[in-house]
Amino acid sequence: MIPLEHVIGLSAILFGIGVVGALTRRNLIVILMSIELMLNAANVAFIGFARNWAQMDGQVFVMMVITVAAAEVAVGLGIVISLFRNRDSVNVEDVSLLKW
Amino acid sequence: MIETIAFYFLSAVAIVSALGMVLNVRNTVAGAMSLVVTMIALSGVFVLLQAHLIAALQIMIYAGAIVVLFLFVVMLLNLRTDEFAPSRQPIVKFLGAALAIYVGIQFLGQIELGLPAAVETADDFGNYRMLARTLFTDYVLPFEMASLLLLAAIVGAVILAKRRVS
Repeated sequence: MIPLEHVIGLSAILFGIGVVGALTRRNLIVILMSIELMLNAANVAFIGFARNWAQMDGQVFVMMVITVAAAEVAVGLGIVISLFRNRDSVNVEDVSLLKW
Repeated sequence: MIETIAFYFLSAVAIVSALGMVLNVRNTVAGAMSLVVTMIALSGVFVLLQAHLIAALQIMIYAGAIVVLFLFVVMLLNLRTDEFAPSRQPIVKFLGAALAIYVGIQFLGQIELGLPAAVETADDFGNYRMLARTLFTDYVLPFEMASLLLLAAIVGAVILAKRRVS
């Protein structure tokens, strides 16, 4: 049997990698992929807890997370396309109008 | 025993390919492919944790739909090579690596040791029948709200990506 601590450890490492990717990369598409990685890390924790206490609720929440991830990717990539059309770039440093 | 070995192997594959996605600063398509490998390895982890339906959904939705959407946009916009690689200054690289290690240690330090051992599960735990029973009784309102969210996302994505008429 896999110990719960190791499942949460895997989730924490993946979440850390996702945070660093979202903070350090400048390509908007890679930032969106890092956000997907963070959502997946949360899913791993949910599934681990669901197994440990034999409750189905965690797996239902994972389905909700997958739905939100799909919606987020559709809208996010729509924004990327319209950004590329207006600015000819997907570099986040070219989109700093709201930055003081 | 074989379960434990498979878990560590799949975890290692997931972590290495996730690092490959974040650290690959040249080729966006290769980064998306690394993300596919991460998703497939995680679906193997889900099978080991008795979430069989979620594992199938993970491959179909993440590896099948979401990453294909990413690749589609990368190729549509012709961004195969990442032209704005991260800064080459060594101090920035050093600070980035330090941040990565700090965030990882902070998250790992939050884990409480000595959690209760796993409860015994029935044979049908995690199959579609049990998941559907929970989803359509206790969580039927969130389920309906998820369909509303998807509708809003479809409308939003079409409006955002539509070429302006005037």
